[in-house]
Amino acid sequence: MNVTEEVVRNIAELAQLKVDDANIKQLAEGMQNILTLADQMQAINTEGVEPMSNPLDASQRLRSDAVTEGNQRELFQSIAPATEAGLYLVPRVVE
Amino acid sequence: MIDRSLSQQLQDLDKGEYSSVELTQTYLDRIDSHQSLNAFVSISEDVLEKARQADQLRAAGERKPLLGIPLAHKDIFCESGIRTTAGSKMLDNFISPYDSTVISLLRDAGALSLGKTNMDEFAMGSSNESSYFGAVKNPWQDERVPGGSSGGSAAAVAARLCAAATGTDTGGSIRQPAAFCGITGIKPTYGRVSRWGMIAYASSLDQAGPLATSAEDCALLLSVMAGADEKDSTSSSVPVDNYSESLSHDLKGKKIGLCVEYMEDLDPEMSCVIEASIKILSQLGAEFIDISLPTSPMAIPAYYIIAPAECSANLSRYDGVRFGYRCENPANLEDLYKRSRSESFGQEVKNRIMVGAFALSAGYYDAYYKKAQQIRRLIKNDFLEAFKSVDAILGPTTPGPAFGIGENTDDPQAMYLQDIYTISANLAGLPAISLPAGFIKGLPAGIQLIGRYFDEATLLNIGHQFQAQTDWHTQAPELSQ
Repeated sequence: MNVTEEVVRNIAELAQLKVDDANIKQLAEGMQNILTLADQMQAINTEGVEPMSNPLDASQRLRSDAVTEGNQRELFQSIAPATEAGLYLVPRVVE
Repeated sequence: MIDRSLSQQLQDLDKGEYSSVELTQTYLDRIDSHQSLNAFVSISEDVLEKARQADQLRAAGERKPLLGIPLAHKDIFCESGIRTTAGSKMLDNFISPYDSTVISLLRDAGALSLGKTNMDEFAMGSSNESSYFGAVKNPWQDERVPGGSSGGSAAAVAARLCAAATGTDTGGSIRQPAAFCGITGIKPTYGRVSRWGMIAYASSLDQAGPLATSAEDCALLLSVMAGADEKDSTSSSVPVDNYSESLSHDLKGKKIGLCVEYMEDLDPEMSCVIEASIKILSQLGAEFIDISLPTSPMAIPAYYIIAPAECSANLSRYDGVRFGYRCENPANLEDLYKRSRSESFGQEVKNRIMVGAFALSAGYYDAYYKKAQQIRRLIKNDFLEAFKSVDAILGPTTPGPAFGIGENTDDPQAMYLQDIYTISANLAGLPAISLPAGFIKGLPAGIQLIGRYFDEATLLNIGHQFQAQTDWHTQAPELSQ
């Protein structure tokens, strides 16, 4: 896999990371280093092998749909960068 | 006091040789006079008060498994009342509103928290050099790395700044620093210890475990840390063994596998360490059998897709809105997200987020992510086959002893290959322990034992019997002031 600047720009958009002329080479190089290593996987035949997502092949455990914790909005918002009247503040989205 | 193991300290406290306050103060003084190691990120302000309370409880006849024992915690475990940074600028100001299960369990058992230890940013690294708070020094030679990502915890135990510490292991992050620092560390089976409140890196690989001087101390700590937790749906309900009780079993008839793939191309000095360990374990009655893990050369390539993929999903929560770092004067919401993340994540974290987002993106998913998950299955199948004939698998923990600070920072491929012997256990979800087993050029060398699922007891048993015949684990570095 050859990591082009176009790939970096597309992926940075998906990852919500800022990319500019100053850091695009560094990001491309960082990705390339890992993907070159990962490309070694192509040497092995995995046809018909079931992908494994959990080491114990466990499935998600379900719990009953019951409230177990009370509202702790004030506590959680005490560590937020900006709040007002119980709401998280972000730049205006709709004019 | 500081030359006593955790298990010995408990006996000393019971006998009244010294108090928890005295023990805690001794460690606080040592932490203070060895700040240059950079092992700690934060110190608990109330630890002496907690020690006083522990002394009172003990005097009143109260007994708990770890009453009055000061421990250090990797700064990846959320602990209310003290900041939890995960070694990142993103969480430099983050104070968790709740406690991780690991911290709660240890506290309920009577342990005290000395403070939080330095680590690679979000546990992504093998040298502790990716921390926002700077590199940690190896107490054996301070121009060397302590390993990572639990580098602060390992350095703290090795330097006797605490008797034991918590760590986490996603690709070797407990075992590799334990090996580099000459201490003992165990990564339990995936699901053995709750991940609740442990800042996530790669959720299908992450496991918490103890770092201490001996297998005996690890057994004691793991007994407290292990068990099912309603708050972590991936934690296992398999009953927890009595690890301390099985330490004394003899090793007659135990079958230990030697992986032919690991023994090929082994560094000659590391090879000598392994040979010497085989001799000791053979004298204790263990039998050695050659086994093969044919897919093991694919472990690192598969890991560097699976872990980044999970990391890119896990780290999407850091958006500058609800907690953590927020950029100054964002132009709009998208600018807020992008600059908050880009200004506060380090380069290695960004690299892995990018690779993960790539591997999960349309058009590349099958070739990378699915392929890696298929290889993961083959790696697990190799182990299942091997464990039909052996009880544990022995090999080196690392390719060699601790490398120099800065030595591999310009060569990421060399850095990634540091975890060549440890990563397979994470991919398969198996337990594995690292034990001090010798020195190479004045630096500690570690051996690794990988066990069957939920058979931590056998690893700790073999480790304890090995340590009854050797004194590598009791040796401590001479520290300069």
